Amino acid sequence: MTRPYLANKLQLDPVLIAEARTIANDIVAQVTPFIFSHSTVSVERTIVRMFGVNGVNPEGIPFPNVLVDHMREQGLIEDGAASLIAKACLHYGKNPQSLAEEIDRNELSLENLPDYPLETLHEMALGLALPAVTRIKEQGRNREAMIGSLGQGAEPYLYAIVATGNIYEDIIQARAAVHQGADIIAVIRSTGQSLLDYVPYGPTTEGFGGTFATQANFSIMRQALDEVGQEVGRYIRLTNYCSGLCMPEIAAMGALERLDVMLNDSMYGIIFRDINMQRTFIDQYFSRLINGFAGIVINTGEDNYLTTADAMEAAHTVLASDLINEQFAFLSGLPEAQQGLGHAMEINPDQPDAFLYEIAQAQLIREVFPRSPIKYMPPTKYMTGNIFRAHVQDTLFNVASIMTGQSIHLLGMLTEASHTPLMQDRFLSIESAQLVFQYMRNFGDEITFAADGKIQQRARETLQAAVNMLITIRDTGLFGALEKGMFAEISRSASGGRGLDGVFAKGPNYLNPFVELFGGDANV
Amino acid sequence: MSKVDLTQVRPYGDTLNDGIVQLSLTLPLPLSAEAQEAARRWALQSGFQDPKVVHSQDLGEGFSFFVLYARSPVAVDFSSIKVLKSSHKTLEKAEIEALISSKLGRKLVVVGASIESDAHTVGIDAIMNIKGYNGHKGLESYHQIEAYNLGAQVACEDLLARALDVGADAILISQVVTQKDLHLRNLTRMVELLELEGVRNNFLLIVGGPRINYELAKELGFDAGFGPGTFAEDVASFMIEQVLINRKGDHDV
Repeated sequence: MTRPYLANKLQLDPVLIAEARTIANDIVAQVTPFIFSHSTVSVERTIVRMFGVNGVNPEGIPFPNVLVDHMREQGLIEDGAASLIAKACLHYGKNPQSLAEEIDRNELSLENLPDYPLETLHEMALGLALPAVTRIKEQGRNREAMIGSLGQGAEPYLYAIVATGNIYEDIIQARAAVHQGADIIAVIRSTGQSLLDYVPYGPTTEGFGGTFATQANFSIMRQALDEVGQEVGRYIRLTNYCSGLCMPEIAAMGALERLDVMLNDSMYGIIFRDINMQRTFIDQYFSRLINGFAGIVINTGEDNYLTTADAMEAAHTVLASDLINEQFAFLSGLPEAQQGLGHAMEINPDQPDAFLYEIAQAQLIREVFPRSPIKYMPPTKYMTGNIFRAHVQDTLFNVASIMTGQSIHLLGMLTEASHTPLMQDRFLSIESAQLVFQYMRNFGDEITFAADGKIQQRARETLQAAVNMLITIRDTGLFGALEKGMFAEISRSASGGRGLDGVFAKGPNYLNPFVELFGGDANV
Repeated sequence: MSKVDLTQVRPYGDTLNDGIVQLSLTLPLPLSAEAQEAARRWALQSGFQDPKVVHSQDLGEGFSFFVLYARSPVAVDFSSIKVLKSSHKTLEKAEIEALISSKLGRKLVVVGASIESDAHTVGIDAIMNIKGYNGHKGLESYHQIEAYNLGAQVACEDLLARALDVGADAILISQVVTQKDLHLRNLTRMVELLELEGVRNNFLLIVGGPRINYELAKELGFDAGFGPGTFAEDVASFMIEQVLINRKGDHDV
């Protein structure tokens, strides 16, 4: 299916859709001043990373943490890491990596550095930022060149997950999946990584339910996918998880190592990982700024709402959240073509006509976001150990996906309820999706929906409910809406959750050169 | 049809005692006639008879997938099997509510979480959330139950602190991630913590998850374990039954 998707099969009211966007924009605008006036330790560590600081100290603590912790201990953090490092580089005549290592050994401090004019620090910071910016741009050009020469799979892209815990075993699984037909490989993270306030370092071979996201692992998998992409003659996209307490750091690592897709939701961590909402909103802004500049497609996690809440009753919360995610993405200058807004097929299959309601939902998301590479998630909640039934459920998911012009198709696994996928599970899933996509390639173009039938009615009701919900959120404010548990029926408080102690108000001389370099808002 | 001999039970294909099973597996071999023969011999050496490779497929990277049918000569003595399981009777929601209000005379207090590194709320939500799962309403919907769902990735210490704080009758734990037996470590940790603090007998300790059963739970030192297909009323029935039994020695009332 080629985007933009131009069909209007649901007879949705364009005025209502425009209104929904305006309200979502208002909601985001309410939290924007807060985002722009604050920073976090993870944003600062990201700046430090992009200044070339890498590696860990003898105790295994990453140098970006060592540096930013030092800045906090000295009470200097409100100026921002960029300003402090620029100052120290000017004063000591050393590069950021040497500074970090010497600070770690207590041979040097950022305390009591002489003052420099702001303009001088700004110039210095821009210079320090240049190598990373150059590399990220180069990686974007590499991606374009490789897609140009190799080509790529057709939408819906087949998105397969590997999750062995061992990056080298992941490569075997990923290469096999690509040979079988996968277009996108996602390396699931080890459970619990989202709550670490540092990024693990180096290649890793031990993880639980997934593999640690480290820059070395990114690089190793990137190389493997480039190689297998050459073998099969199509560009293979690499996905990881830009979420949790280190959201912007992962974005920087992904941009430097040419990841193509990043899970990067503006609210997921708040709702499902109990990460503080202030921390998350600031972190997601900067992480999306990086992803936007790097040409990385973000994926949002609305599918998760339906694993907690009921998919029939909460369908509108998915759309409302997609619209908010869209506006947050725009705030970071991330275009529609890079917005993989999420939704899912999670209605109880025992409900009569469940498939009609699934089509209504999938088509609704497609029509409201005609230019976005929307991401469709397979059934999980009503999957059981009956792998044969599960394979049928996934086949129906494949049908819904090709019928409604989805862009990114996360492959459902027949063993969803049993274990992380075996190689043969992934093969069976890819085979089924390919069979259905081939078999029904242009089916969607040939069908229309009954005027005012169940599908059209359901879609319109969901759109209207989403607009009503957005109005309520605008009235309460996004913080208030999250406190009320309006998403996934999970309530979070503005001062609760993890990571609030890493949030700080920017001082008057705060500096972050990457915001202007990545085309961010001049008010940041 | 001849009668099943319960001392010698075999898989059933389409004739009693034919012993037919279906198998699917991957071998780390590229597909070839020899690889197919390897799959067949693997089945033979595993003790199956007449294995037939009905499908084989190259998976790339030196792996192949096989579907086999075979006959198993193994018979089990069903008549001698005893499985440790909870003896409680599962009641309907209304019956549970009535039992709590009439016999207990106060609300039943329950704290639940998915503990330690496990980030999955799906299990604990299925039992505790108002809506429950598949039409079976969760514990939060019970008027006679005070339910606290703490969500996922809750440290054992935090879960215990909350249980003590609200005076819980029962602690419910969900474990979904089982890779490398991570769930066993987490669950053992919880039991050890309760014992260390000397409060193990203050609570019913219950675990649920896709790889959990009653026997495993008892082995780990839990009062009960619930596997797939469990609904809120199963857990609630067990809890109220046990609380009423335990209350006989309760001096608090």
